[in-house]
Amino acid sequence: MAQGLYDPAYEHDGCGVGFVAHIKGKKSHAIVDQGLTILKNLNHRGAVGWDPKLSDGAGLLIQMPDRFLREEMAKRGLALPPAGQYGVGMVFLPRDPASRFACEYEIERAIKDEGQVLLGWRDVPVDNSDLAEPARQLEPVIRQVFIGRGAGVTVTDALERKLYIIRKSSGHAIQALKLEHGKEFYVPSMSARTLCYKGMLLAHQVGEYYLDLKDPRVESALALVHQRFSTNTFPSWDLAHPFRMICHNGEINTVRGNVNWIRARQGAISSPVLADDLGKIWPLIYPGQSDSASFDNALELLVMGGYSIAHAVMMMIPEAWENHALMDPARRAFYEYHAAMMEPWDGPASIAFTDGRQIGATLDRNGLRPSRYIVTDDDLVIMGSECGCLPIPEEKIVKKWRLQPGKMFLVDLEKGRIVDDQELKESLAGARPYAEWIERIRVKLDEVETEKTAPLKSAVPLLDRQQAFAYTQEDLKFQLLPMAQAGEEPTGSMGNDAALAILSKKDKTLYHYFKQLFAQVTNPAIDPIREELVTSLVSFIGPKPNLLGIDEVNPPLRLEVSQPVLDFFEMEKIRHIERYTGGKFRSLELDITYPVAWGKEAIEARLASLCAQAEDAVRGGYSIVVISDRAVDAERVAIPALLALSAIHQHLVAKGLRTSTGLVVETGSAREVHHFALLGGYGAEAVHPYLALETLLAMSGEGGSNAIKNYVKAVGKGLKKVMSKMGISTYMSYTGAQCFEAVGLSRTLVDRYFNGTASKVSGIGILELAEEAIRVHHAAFGDKDPVLAGALDAGGDYAWRVRGEEHAWTPDAIAKLQHAARKNSTQTYKEYAALINDQSRRLLTLRGLFEFRFDQCKPVPIDEVEPAAEIVKRFSTGAMSLGSISTEAHTVLAIAMNRVGGRSNTGEGGEDPRRYAPVKAGESLMSRLGKERVEVDIPLREGDSLKSKIKQVASGRFGVTAEYLASAEMLQIKIAQGAKPGEGGQLPGRKVSEYIAELRYSTPGVELISPPPHHDIYSIEDIAQLIHDLKNANPQAMVSVKLVSEVGVGTVAAGVSKAKSDHVTISGHDGGTGASPWSSIMHAGTPWELGLAETQQTLVLNRLRGRIAVQVDGQMKTGRDVVIGAILGADEFGFATAPLVVEGCIMMRKCHLNTCPVGVATQDPVLRRKFQGKPEHVVNYLFFVAEEARELMAKLGVRRLDELIGRSGLLDTRKGIEHWKAKGLDFSRIFHQPQVPAEVARHHCETQDHGLDKALDNRLLELARPALERREKVTIETPIRNINRTVGTMLSGEIAKRYGHAGLPDETVHVRLAGSAGQSFGAFLARGVWLDLIGDTNDYCGKGLSGGRIAVQPSSKFRGEPMENIITGNVALYGAIEGEAYFRGVAGERFAVRNSGAEAVVEGVGDHGCEYMTGGTVVVLGATGRNFAAGMSGGIAYVLDERGDFAKYCNPAMVTLEPLVAESEQEAKLERALWHKGQSDEAIARRLIERHARLTGSAQAKRVLERWSEFRARFVKVFPIEYRRALGELAAKHKRLAA
Amino acid sequence: MGKITGFLEYERLEEPHEDSHARKQHYREFTLHLSDADAGVQGARCMDCGIPFCMQGCPVNNVIPDFNDLVYRQDWQRAIETLHSTNNFPEFTGRVCPAPCEEACVLRINEDPVGIKSIEHAIIDKAWEAGWVKPQPAAHKTGKKVAIVGSGPAGLACAQQLARAGHSVTVFEKNDRIGGLLRYGIPDFKLEKRVIDRRLEQMRAEGVEFRAGVWVGKAHPGKGVPDDATQTLAPETLLAEYDAVVLSGGAEVPRDLPIPGRELDGVHFAMEFLPLQNKRVAGDSGVPELWAKGKHVVVIGGGDTGSDCVGTSNRHGAASVTNFELFPMPPDVERNPVWPYWPTRLRTSSSHEEGVERDWSVSTKALVGEGGKVKKLKAVRLDWKDGKPAEVAGSEFEIPADLVLLAMGFISPVQSLLEEFGVRKDSRGNAQADTEGARAYATSAKKVFAAGDMRRGQSLVVWAIREGRQCARAVDEFLMGFSELPR
Repeated sequence: MAQGLYDPAYEHDGCGVGFVAHIKGKKSHAIVDQGLTILKNLNHRGAVGWDPKLSDGAGLLIQMPDRFLREEMAKRGLALPPAGQYGVGMVFLPRDPASRFACEYEIERAIKDEGQVLLGWRDVPVDNSDLAEPARQLEPVIRQVFIGRGAGVTVTDALERKLYIIRKSSGHAIQALKLEHGKEFYVPSMSARTLCYKGMLLAHQVGEYYLDLKDPRVESALALVHQRFSTNTFPSWDLAHPFRMICHNGEINTVRGNVNWIRARQGAISSPVLADDLGKIWPLIYPGQSDSASFDNALELLVMGGYSIAHAVMMMIPEAWENHALMDPARRAFYEYHAAMMEPWDGPASIAFTDGRQIGATLDRNGLRPSRYIVTDDDLVIMGSECGCLPIPEEKIVKKWRLQPGKMFLVDLEKGRIVDDQELKESLAGARPYAEWIERIRVKLDEVETEKTAPLKSAVPLLDRQQAFAYTQEDLKFQLLPMAQAGEEPTGSMGNDAALAILSKKDKTLYHYFKQLFAQVTNPAIDPIREELVTSLVSFIGPKPNLLGIDEVNPPLRLEVSQPVLDFFEMEKIRHIERYTGGKFRSLELDITYPVAWGKEAIEARLASLCAQAEDAVRGGYSIVVISDRAVDAERVAIPALLALSAIHQHLVAKGLRTSTGLVVETGSAREVHHFALLGGYGAEAVHPYLALETLLAMSGEGGSNAIKNYVKAVGKGLKKVMSKMGISTYMSYTGAQCFEAVGLSRTLVDRYFNGTASKVSGIGILELAEEAIRVHHAAFGDKDPVLAGALDAGGDYAWRVRGEEHAWTPDAIAKLQHAARKNSTQTYKEYAALINDQSRRLLTLRGLFEFRFDQCKPVPIDEVEPAAEIVKRFSTGAMSLGSISTEAHTVLAIAMNRVGGRSNTGEGGEDPRRYAPVKAGESLMSRLGKERVEVDIPLREGDSLKSKIKQVASGRFGVTAEYLASAEMLQIKIAQGAKPGEGGQLPGRKVSEYIAELRYSTPGVELISPPPHHDIYSIEDIAQLIHDLKNANPQAMVSVKLVSEVGVGTVAAGVSKAKSDHVTISGHDGGTGASPWSSIMHAGTPWELGLAETQQTLVLNRLRGRIAVQVDGQMKTGRDVVIGAILGADEFGFATAPLVVEGCIMMRKCHLNTCPVGVATQDPVLRRKFQGKPEHVVNYLFFVAEEARELMAKLGVRRLDELIGRSGLLDTRKGIEHWKAKGLDFSRIFHQPQVPAEVARHHCETQDHGLDKALDNRLLELARPALERREKVTIETPIRNINRTVGTMLSGEIAKRYGHAGLPDETVHVRLAGSAGQSFGAFLARGVWLDLIGDTNDYCGKGLSGGRIAVQPSSKFRGEPMENIITGNVALYGAIEGEAYFRGVAGERFAVRNSGAEAVVEGVGDHGCEYMTGGTVVVLGATGRNFAAGMSGGIAYVLDERGDFAKYCNPAMVTLEPLVAESEQEAKLERALWHKGQSDEAIARRLIERHARLTGSAQAKRVLERWSEFRARFVKVFPIEYRRALGELAAKHKRLAA
Repeated sequence: MGKITGFLEYERLEEPHEDSHARKQHYREFTLHLSDADAGVQGARCMDCGIPFCMQGCPVNNVIPDFNDLVYRQDWQRAIETLHSTNNFPEFTGRVCPAPCEEACVLRINEDPVGIKSIEHAIIDKAWEAGWVKPQPAAHKTGKKVAIVGSGPAGLACAQQLARAGHSVTVFEKNDRIGGLLRYGIPDFKLEKRVIDRRLEQMRAEGVEFRAGVWVGKAHPGKGVPDDATQTLAPETLLAEYDAVVLSGGAEVPRDLPIPGRELDGVHFAMEFLPLQNKRVAGDSGVPELWAKGKHVVVIGGGDTGSDCVGTSNRHGAASVTNFELFPMPPDVERNPVWPYWPTRLRTSSSHEEGVERDWSVSTKALVGEGGKVKKLKAVRLDWKDGKPAEVAGSEFEIPADLVLLAMGFISPVQSLLEEFGVRKDSRGNAQADTEGARAYATSAKKVFAAGDMRRGQSLVVWAIREGRQCARAVDEFLMGFSELPR
C-alpha cells in the first residue's frame, strides 16, 4: 500500500525464466519434474526478503493434465467431458468465507451468463508447512473451477474465448463489489489448454506446496517456469509468474504509455472474432498491475482477437526493423504495417509464451536478456535464462543455441516440430500482401511534394514573442546556437546548483517543473549512438488502424514522419493535409491562446473547452488536431502548450478516441531537447517549434536553412538520448509514455492534467501556473523595462549572473569557502555556511524550506556530542576520475580523506598502484608517483595514504583489475550519476595522457567511451550477480551501488539491498560532472531529499534498512546539509563540488574543454601547474562541516549521529514562506515515518549474508595453496554447474592481494573443469590461473579478465558442430584488461565489449561484438552478428569472412576494414609504427589461432592453419581509425624525442 | 565565449599611451583606447566563467563575459548595448575606474587579468565615434517631476534612468558646470571634459534639464568645497515643486590636517587646487593663480586625489613632488591574495610614473613658513604594529615645501544640506538610507532620496553610478507604485 513516498507502483522485477517441452507433444510427468528442476537451478536469479524464506514468487504452467483431473473429479463423482471440451480455472480466493462465496458466485454467474456450464469445484491440495510467515498470512484459498462448454461452442478455440470472457467479466464484477478481501481474488489461469500453479513461493517450494505436482498422473508436454526477483518485499501471490500466457524476464519500460494506448484505443477497436463480447473485457488492464501482467493482458487480447500467439508477440515486440538494411523486404513490410497498429512494448525482455499448443520465446530488439536453449535427440527442448539449468548428458544434445535480439523461437507441439525464426516470420510475413498495402497506404510527409509556400509570418515582433515564451539570452547562447552550428546537443559541466523552478523568483516555463526519469538497475539505458540500429524516431500522425482488424482488406491511410520535429514546410503540409491526401486526412487547428484580459481564472474553462473541441473534432472526422499557440500577441496569452496537449491527450484517451486522431503541437515554447521530450512524452506525435526556428533564421541569416537542419538533427539526437535513458528505443512507444516526474506541481493539477505522473511534494496549482504564464506575457509586452525593450532576459540558469537565476554557489560563497579552508578560519567558514544555509531570501533547495523542531528538543551540552573526528569518518568525496580531474586534484582529495578516516573515490578510470603503499617519511607526491606525472608537488607526511578507499566500478570498467578490486575498502558500482543519469561518458582523446592511458589500459590520445549501461546489468538479478562478483574479488570490501534520486528509487534501493549490496548511495540530481548534455544536467533526476526519504521509508518498511548503509550526496555543502541528510535517513555523506572548490575550483564549468584555469579539471600540464589545493585545506573544511553538524546535534539533543538517522519528526516545514509559488509545497510525505515495530532497524547496524561460503572457489583456494604460498604449479580437477557462479574470482583476488597485477607465472594454477559453468566464469581472473573448461559457460565469462587464461571447448561427447553451437553467453570478456580466452564455439551478444587488452579467439559472435573496445586482439573464426565494432576505438579484430559479407555486419563509424596481408606485404605497405603491438598482423593472428587450436582442439583453427595462405586472404582486419591516428602520433612523438 | 584557449595564447595588453615625458607637456588624455583588433584579442582572453566573479566584483555588475565575447567577435554594436544595459556612463568608468572587476577576474588568481577596463573603454569610444549612442527619450511621459541635487555620476545616472522612465527631471549643480567630481575633481588628462559634454547632450535630448550654479540649501558649504553658486534654492521650494528629490551631492567635506603651520599660505586642500586647472583647460578666464610651477610640492595623502595632485603639479612644472602616506607601503604583490575581493597592494598610477617621491608611514608634524608662506614640512616616521602607529624615535626629518596639498580623503557630505532637508544621518554623517527592500534609498524625509557618496561616503565613480541607477528605480517605484527599471 502506498504510504509516505513509498508507492508499490514503482516496483520492478527481473528473474529467471525457463521452459521444457517435448517437441512431439508427448506428455509425461517427467516434464513437470524437469520444470521444477529448472526452477531450482535458477534459484540464484530470484530474491528473498528480510525473511530468508520470503520469496518474490515462483510458478509453473503446464498443459491441462486431463488424465489426472479426470480421475480426481471422478472420485468426486464428476465425469469430465473429453479433453478440449472443458476448461479449468485456477482461482485464488479470499480466506474470508463470505467474500469467497461472493467471488465464487460471480464466477458461476459469469459462466451462466456466457452460456457455459459449471461442472464443479475442486479444492487444490497444498502443504503450507514450509511457507514463510508473511506468505502464509497472505495465502489464499486455492480452488479450481471446472467449466463445460455450452451450446454453440464447438471448438476449443471458441471455448477458450468464452473462458476468457468469463474470467474478465467475473473479475470486473468482483472488483465492482469492492470487498475488503476482494484483492485476494485472482485467477492465475482459466483455460481449456493450460493450468498454472504459482504463488509466493521459493523455487523449490513450488513442487512441495502444490501436492498435485507430485502426482505422477499430472502430465504435460510442456512446463513453463519462472522465478521472480522483485525490488519490493511485499510480494503477493498474484504477482508471481507465469501469467496466463507468458513468463517474462526483464522490464517493459514503456508500460505506462502502452497501457494508456490500450485505453486510448477502446473506442476505436472492433473485433470480428470477439464481436460484442469485446465490450466485456474493459478495462483490459487495471491500474497498478505489474508490467508483465499488463503485457500478458494485452497479448491475451490479441490472441483472443484472432491473431496467432506468435503473430501477436511479433506485434508487441517487433524486431528493430526500421534501420535494418539486411532484413527481408516482406518481413519489413509486415513490421511496418503493424507498427501503426501497436507501438512496441519496449524494454529488456525475454518472454516465454505458450497457449498450450505452441510454446516459444522471444527476445527484445536489443537482446538485453539471456535465453539459452538446447535440443536433445529425444525431442526435448529446454530453454532458460541460463544454460545448464536442466543438466542433460552431452551426448543427448544435438543443438545448443540462444535467442538472438528480436528473434523468436517456437515449438509447435501439435505439428511436432521446431519452427525457427526465419520460417515463422516468413510465413507470417507472406500471409498478406503487406508490402503492397504499405506502398498504397503510407504517406511519407517528407516526400509529399508541395509548392513550398512561405511560412506564416507573424505581425508581432520576434523579440516580443520570444519574451512571451520566456526565452532568455542563454537559450540562444547555450542551446539554439550550438545546436544550429554543430547539429549536436550542447554540453556543459559541473552540476545544477540553481533554484528549483518552484522556488525560483524568475518566471519559469511549465517544462521546468518536470524531471526526466531514467533507467537504473532494473533495466538498462541504451546507447543511441553506438547502437543506433535499434532506435527509431519514426512517428505516425493520425488515426491508428483497428488493433483487432484481422480481416482488414482496405486498411486506412497513414501519415509517417521520419522524426517528430516539423520544420516550416512540413507544418504547412500538415496544415493543408487535405490537399495532399485526396481529402482522406483533415486537420483542425485548436488555438490555445486566450485574451489576457480574462486573467488567470480563465485557464480551466479554456482547457475544458479545448478538450471538448478536440473531442468534437475527432468525432467530426478530423484526423489531425493541431494544438497551436501561434496566435499569441499583446492581447492573447498562451496556455502552456504542454498543459494544453496533455489535457487534450488525456481527455481523448479517456474517451477512447485518441487513436482516431493525431496530435501535432505548434508552439513557440519548445526550444530545447527537454521540451520536445516532454511534448512527446505527454502525447504529441509531432512538434513544430516555429519560434525556435524563426529565432534560428534571425540568428543565422543566410545560413538559416542549414541552421534549421542542424537544429532538427540535434533535437532528434537529444530525443533519442532521453528515450535511451529510459531504455526506450522508438518514438512510437515513447509517445505518451510519461517518463517524467513533477517537482512542484500540485497533486490536483497533476491528477487532472498529467494523470499518472508522480508529484511527491505537491506545489503550484493551475491558477498559479496561469499566473506565471501571464507574468511572462506582461514582461514581454509591457513597454517600460528598458532592458527587455531591446534584449532578452539574461537568464542565469547555465552560468551565474547578477540578477539572473539564483545559484547556491555564488562568488561570495566560493570566495569565503576558499578563504576559510586555506586560513583555517572558523569565522569565515561560518560566513560561508550562513550564505548557503540562509535561504530565507534566496530559496534554492527543498531543504531550504525545512526547519528543525528545536522546540521539541532538549538540548545537550556540546561536549557530550560525539567528536567531529568521528563524524568526519562518515564523509566521502565523490567519484571524480583521474581524467576528469588532474592527478594533483585527485590525490589531494585522497590524502585528505585518508587523514580524517573518511573515504575518497577513484571515480571511473582505475588507480595507480604506486598509490597503494603507506607513505614513508620524506616522501612527496612527486617522489612517489614520479616527476613526469606530477606538475605541482604535494608534501606528504609519514603514514599518509594516497589510496582511494572507494574503488569505483563504472560501465567503462577502465582499469578495473583484480588488483584494483583487491585494494579497495569499498567497491562502488556506479549505476547513475546525478548530472547525467542513464548516460555514459566520454573522455576525449586529448585528455587521455600517457599516464591516464596507462591507468586505463588504453592508448594515449584515443578517446574512451563509457557505455550508458553496465553491460552486465540489464536487470535486477544482474546486479545481484555483479555484487556477488565483486564480493568474490574482495570479500573484505563493502559493495556499494550508486543510484540517482528519482521517483521509485526507494524500491530500487530495496532491490539492491536484497541483491546483497552493503551500501547504497542516493545522489541528488544536482551532482556534478566533467561533461554532460545540458538537458541531463538540468532536467534529469530529482533532489536528494526526495530520493533519500523514499529510500529510507521503503527500506524500513521492508525491514531491509539495517543491513545496508545509506549514503547521500549531491551539493552537500554544510553541517546543516549533513544533519538534514541524517534525519532523512543517511548514515554517510558524500561531498564532491565543495572539496573541489576548496582545492581551487571556481565553477568555471569548462571541465569538458580541458581548460580549467586553476588546474583542477584539466590534464594540460601548463594549467595543472596552477593548482593550489592542499590536503590540509580539505581537512579543515571537513572538520568545519562536522563541527557545524555537532552544534546542531547539541541543539537537537542528539549525542550520536546514529540517533539522528531517520528521525524525520525533527523536521518541519518552515513557517511563513512568503514565496508565491513555494507556498503550495507539502513535505508531509518526505517527513513520513513508516509504521513498523520499534525493533526494526532505522540505520545501518547489520551485515549482509553474501553466501560466499558456498563458492566453489573455497575449494580452489584450498587446493591452490601451494601455488599461492610458494608459487608451485598445481592442477585441480572439478565438475561445475550453472549454480557455481563467479568461479576463479576469489582465487584471483587472493593472488592479486599477494602478487599484485603481475600475478603468478602463467599456468601456475591449472583448473580443469567439466560442465556448464555459472555466470561470470573466470571474472577478473588473475595471471597464472588457467581455467580449462569442457562444457559451456553462461553470461559474463571472463569479465574483467586480469591476466588469466580461459579456454572452453565442448565435450567430446557433444555431437553438434562447434561452429554452429553456442559455447559462451552474452557479454563475455566485458572490460577485460589482459589475459587470453579461447572459445571453441559461438559466443552470444556483445563479445569482448569494452575489452582493453585481452586476446581472444572465438568461432562466431552475436550482435555488437567488440563494442567499445579500446585494446587487445580478437580473432573471430566464424560469422558475426550485426553492429560489430561499434564504438571501437582501439585494439584489432581479425574476422574470418568466409561468406564475404562481413562489411554489412560491421558498424563502420569508427573503424576501417582492411585485408589481412602477409607479413612481407605489410612490411612494404604499412609503416612499422602503425603495427599492432609492433608485430605483423599475420604473426599475431597466426599465433592466436595456433594457441586456440592447441588449447581447445578446434577443428576450425586447424582447418584455417592447414590452408593458411588461402584463408589468410579471407580475413578482414578491423582497424579503429582512432587507434591508427594515435599510433601515428605516438610514433611521431618518439621520433621527435629521439631527434 | 571568447576563444576557448585564448587565455593561454594571448597576453594582457596595456592601452597605448604617450610616454611620461611627452604627456607631461599637456593636459589632454594621453591614453588611447585599444584598436579593434587588440580589443578583440583581449576579449579572446575571457574565459566566460561559469561564475563570472568580475560581474560581482563590478559595482554596476557589468555583464563582462558577454561584452568580452562580443568584442572578440567584433560585434561592437551589441557590445555597447550590453555595456549600456548596466552602465549609463562607460566612458567615465572606462577611463577612471580602478577596475575592481579585474581584481575579481578568475585569471587574476594566477595570471594577468583580462583587460576588462580597456575593453570597456574601446567599446564606448567606438560607440560614440560610430554614432551609436543616441538619445532614448521615453515613449510616454508620466507627468511626475523629480529634482536631483548634485550632478556627479550618481546624480547623472539617476537622472538618465528617471528620464527614460518618463519622468521630468531637473538636475541642480552648485558649480558653474555640470558633472560634479567628474568635471572638477578629475584632471583633464585622465578624463577630458568633452566626454562629459557629449553625454550631457544626450541627456538633454532625453529631456533632462540641467541647472548649474544653483546652491540648494541655505548655508553654503564651507572651506575646501568648490562652490560657484550664483543662486540659491531653499529645500522647501524644491520639495514643493517636485514629486521627489534625490540628494546626490557627494561627500565633499575634506579631511583637514590640524597641525602647526596649517594656516600658512601655500597649504591647500586638493579640491582648492585641482578644479582650477580644469577651468583653465576649459578656457575660463579669471581663474585664481595657484600654480605648482617651480615649487617643491608635497602632497599629503596617497590616494587617487593625491595622485591627481601629483600629475597636475608635474604638468605645472613643479621643482619636485613628494607624496606622503600615513599608512605603511602595501605589499607589492603580483597576484591578488584576497581574490576575488579588493586587495590592499601597492598601486602606481600614471601620475606616479610621471615623477614623484613616494614615502610611506610618514606622519606630518608641522609646517614651517617664512613670511606667512610655507617653506618646510616636518615629519616623523611611523612604525605600524597590529594596525597601530607608533612614532619612531629619532626619525624626525624635514623637507622643503612651497606648496602643500592636502589629499587625505573626504569625511562626509556637507552637513548643512542634509540637516536642512531634515534627513537623518548615519554615524559617519552620511544620509541614512538602505539599499535594499521597500525603502531602498529613501531617507527619513518624505519623498527625499539619497544616492552616491552622499549616502555611502566617499567612493568610486562606479559605485556612484550604481547607486544612481538603483535609486532611480526606487524613485520610480515610489512615484508609480511599480518599476520596470533594472536594479
